[in-house]
Amino acid sequence: MAVLVLADHDNAHLRDTTHKTVTAALNLSKDVDVLVLGNGADAVASAAAKIAGVRKVLLEQSPDLGQSIAEAEEAAILPLMANYDAVLIPASTSGKNTAPRVAAKLDVSQISDVVEVVDANTFVRPIYAGNALETVQSSDAKKVITVRPTAFKAAADGGSASVEKIADQPKAPKTRFVSEEMVKSDRPELGAAKIVVSGGRAMGSAEEFQKVIEPLADKLGAAVGASRAAVDAGYAPNDYQVGQTGKVVAPALYIAIGISGAIQHLAGMKDSKTIVAINKDPDAPIFQIADYGWVTDYKTAVPALMAALG
Amino acid sequence: MKVLVPVKRVVDANVKVRVKSDQTGVDLANVKMSMNPFDEIAVEEAVRLKEKGLVEEIVAVSIGVAQAQETIRTALAMGADRGVLITTDTDAEPLAVAKLLKALVDEEKPGLVLMGKQAIDGDNNAVGQMLAALLDWPQATFASKVEISGDKASVTREVDGGLQTLSVDLPAVVTTDLRLNEPRYASLPNIMKAKKKPIDMKTPADYGVDTAPRLKVLKVTEPPKRSAGIKVESAEDLVMKLKNEAGVL
Repeated sequence: MAVLVLADHDNAHLRDTTHKTVTAALNLSKDVDVLVLGNGADAVASAAAKIAGVRKVLLEQSPDLGQSIAEAEEAAILPLMANYDAVLIPASTSGKNTAPRVAAKLDVSQISDVVEVVDANTFVRPIYAGNALETVQSSDAKKVITVRPTAFKAAADGGSASVEKIADQPKAPKTRFVSEEMVKSDRPELGAAKIVVSGGRAMGSAEEFQKVIEPLADKLGAAVGASRAAVDAGYAPNDYQVGQTGKVVAPALYIAIGISGAIQHLAGMKDSKTIVAINKDPDAPIFQIADYGWVTDYKTAVPALMAALG
Repeated sequence: MKVLVPVKRVVDANVKVRVKSDQTGVDLANVKMSMNPFDEIAVEEAVRLKEKGLVEEIVAVSIGVAQAQETIRTALAMGADRGVLITTDTDAEPLAVAKLLKALVDEEKPGLVLMGKQAIDGDNNAVGQMLAALLDWPQATFASKVEISGDKASVTREVDGGLQTLSVDLPAVVTTDLRLNEPRYASLPNIMKAKKKPIDMKTPADYGVDTAPRLKVLKVTEPPKRSAGIKVESAEDLVMKLKNEAGVL
């Protein structure tokens, strides 16, 4: 059986969530093809062709595909599904937007946010914000699966698959792209960073958040995260939010500063390899999952940490 | 314009769920149930559109056990006009829910379906998109701002890395994200009034929809527990341990 992986990208760069989804796909089949839907995305297709284990890359382009419009993506994926037994889509906001449309049109149940492939029909997925894990067996002939990328290792480069262009130009006539407002940053992307430094409500203001969290993140080459409480209070922008309702991250090192550790925040970072918590409340729940806890006021701790890092 | 708002009865967001020892599911006995928080935001948005004079009627629909009537009553108390309850014994999968909603949309002909982006129990994030696909309607998911003008809706969406704004032709499906609005608390007079608002009782058979599950749940388990590590007393100690013990610096 052959399996299709939908590439996650911004038309210029392939995201490593694609490599991680390829790893999940290789658990299902040896015949893994990658589909790149975009506009001006030739470089993305070339990058996808280099992923080890990929059989071939399909590239389909149109202006609507370039804006990740779900209706156009559905129209592009659906006819290809005659040749595949499963499609695996990274659970990015774009993937989550498109995948259920494909599942509904194929009349199959989507398997969402898979964190483990047990066998070709059996998958593990988190429910209740990761407070339980459900093992499900699918009886559908074709499978539509979204993959939680942080649960899989990235497939390495080293392949040399061919790139095949598909001439169709799928459109979404009832939907128009108006604008987008992307946050520009020199820091690594939150979902892909090796180190994440996050601040919580204890910061007290947006100025304090910038003064305390951002220099430490920059010193470590880290991405900046925030708890929902800090985001709701306006100390940090929406896209910094780590948690069930924000980003799910699993970096090598997660440093939580002034974050108490609400269930909803823990759901977004508890799979990090090493967790450091700095909080002056010794009873903060974050300490129950932290590898290294430091019960102290962040106001003195962060400058001391900056100094100790040299 | 008529707006359809699907609402789901779920375990309250503040309850710490427990996995049953026989691994058949999550223990729902004597647990506080509430309206799915994302659906509350959808009801609130519909009521605000009605208050602006853009919407004439709000129909709240729930699919689930008989007690889901309470969830519909909550929506009615917030400002929905009437309810439809499609009773099922089991928790229907997103595909079956989308099919039932499609049948209801065909009957009610709303100009807009406003619904939560996901239910906080199954965390599938699928029904809205599936419904839009089955109807061949456009969709705008993860909405943080919705503006209706004439036969179009301009929707700002929360996407990875920022915001995207789409214009969709109505009718459309819009799913709500957390920051769209802050849902109101129903006032006591409105709760009393809601008791008199009508709720239609239906079954999947009324719509000819097969709700048999396609996924078999083999088991439900607790996630691996992380245990508390050690306490450090100084920055130097912490940096030394991160370098030498954890090897992450």
